[in-house]
Amino acid sequence: MYEKDGEKYFIVDSHSHFWDASRENWKPGREEFAKGWIDCFYGYHQLGPPETRWDYEKYLKVSEEDFVRDMFTDGYVDVAIFQSTYLKDWYTDGFNTVERNGALAEKYPGRLIVNGRWDPRDGDKGLDQLAADAERWHLKGVKLYTAEWQDGSRGWKLTDPMSYRYLEKCQELGIINQHVHKGPTIWPLNKDAFDMSDVDQVATDFPQLNFIVEHVGLPRIEDFCFMAVQEPNVYAGCSVVIGGLMHARPKFFAKVMGELLFWVGEDKMTFGGDYNIWTPKWQVEGLVDWQMPDDDAFSDYQRLTTATKKKILGLNAAKLYDIPVPAECALPDTSAGEQTAPAEQLADSEHLVAGG
Amino acid sequence: MADRTAGPLSAAPSAAWSALATVLDPELDEPITDLGFVTSVAVTGDGTARVRLRLPTFYCAPNFSYLMVADAYDAVSAVPGIRHADVQLEDHHAAPEINAGVAAGVGFASSFPGEATGELHDLRRVFLSKAVMAGQDRVARPLVDAGATPAQLARMTLGEVPASVDLDRLRRRRTALGLPADDDAPLLLHPDGSRVTTEQVPLHLRRARLTRVGMETNGEYCRSLLDSRYIGVNRR
Repeated sequence: MYEKDGEKYFIVDSHSHFWDASRENWKPGREEFAKGWIDCFYGYHQLGPPETRWDYEKYLKVSEEDFVRDMFTDGYVDVAIFQSTYLKDWYTDGFNTVERNGALAEKYPGRLIVNGRWDPRDGDKGLDQLAADAERWHLKGVKLYTAEWQDGSRGWKLTDPMSYRYLEKCQELGIINQHVHKGPTIWPLNKDAFDMSDVDQVATDFPQLNFIVEHVGLPRIEDFCFMAVQEPNVYAGCSVVIGGLMHARPKFFAKVMGELLFWVGEDKMTFGGDYNIWTPKWQVEGLVDWQMPDDDAFSDYQRLTTATKKKILGLNAAKLYDIPVPAECALPDTSAGEQTAPAEQLADSEHLVAGG
Repeated sequence: MADRTAGPLSAAPSAAWSALATVLDPELDEPITDLGFVTSVAVTGDGTARVRLRLPTFYCAPNFSYLMVADAYDAVSAVPGIRHADVQLEDHHAAPEINAGVAAGVGFASSFPGEATGELHDLRRVFLSKAVMAGQDRVARPLVDAGATPAQLARMTLGEVPASVDLDRLRRRRTALGLPADDDAPLLLHPDGSRVTTEQVPLHLRRARLTRVGMETNGEYCRSLLDSRYIGVNRR
């Protein structure tokens, strides 16, 4: 919990990792790709305030002690959600698997939620694994990384026929939160890998599932917003937005927040600190202190209220994951998790998609 | 700062640089020279232009990366006095495929056998269309700030808009897409080329601004990441 000026904020960090990118885990023959991945993350790490930056060696793999201190002791996080990401094409034991995350989660009951994953290319065997993971780890959510490389394949879509079977399975197993993360590759490579029309399609076809688009679809914020305004079960995962822009590019942070509040709305935005790309402390403190600039250029963007910040920092995700919120932090109203109608006046679909 | 080594053909390196300045990152709609993606340009005595390119991350999307390398190759090859172009993307996961494919001129699909179903014309069009949306915000925003009404904006033609760099840029992007770009062309157009009605103007401008915010934010991320990769911190 974070307290400032008499207000208490319940913090749910809905996008965090406990990864192992140590050299020992770089798959023999694939070292270049394993290193390329974590180097890319380390580039993002530099976008935080200088005093929060670590040396490369520490960044590769943190200890349990580091995690607990950075998240719970110093970072104000009440509950963190692990987004398991496998990348076994590059990391021998995976980047952060459900087993690795789950082992830590079991030591801190009530504080850590572990999300699983699925991948349509795993076929029927993967369906069984998903069911086993759901039982073992009580899954309420999964992380879907569509750009994952596997046996020569550079990625997949949520509309692949096998994906539908996984989504049906998730519905059956009560895994209602689908955290989607697009990346730079997909099959076929001549298409835009970041395109979100598959998410749009399955959000319509599976209205009982929630689709939390991580990193707000970056680098396709506009496509994400045009979709989210039409789909009541699509959410903006604000991971990378806060960590990557609030300190490094404050004016752009303001614009992106302004656009998200307008198109998606404060009930559909969730905080993610992206540990250990960044630590949560400065992000939580910074967002609570933050306000839309007074400048004319920002005058028609919504200003944030205390309630806006409480919802984004924890209450919305708490509702999606059924996490009990202490009465002193609660608000009577967030529509997160409810199937509210899209803003029809903004959903003029005929002209919605640029380039469509 | 890029190294523009002068060779015996002393005009050639700066001409090659100018040619590279016409190459856009299609995703960001900005010149690769402004983005810091050109590491070096050198021209040897036999007229070979040696160009080295770099990108913000090891995993930048291979399709956009290919377009930049191929466009750089074509731009430099067209410079008078350049007899051969040697353009290499460095530090990138798909550099071997991209560099070999561009040098051999075989196209994208043949550079990634089994991994692509076609060339990149459609991809380029999608992003030009975004650039045209973003460009309408750049040109129209000052008019809105000066008090132009939705009815006025819906009627306004490009010829009625004060001359600016942004207006020229919008005209060029529209021309590339085959959309009207002359003085009589409407300032505001939907992506499909149809006119924007007075009632649609406020929402259209919201969309145009969002598209611009999206593209410019990506540009800021790319600049930040390129800095931390090549300039910023002491690492490893």
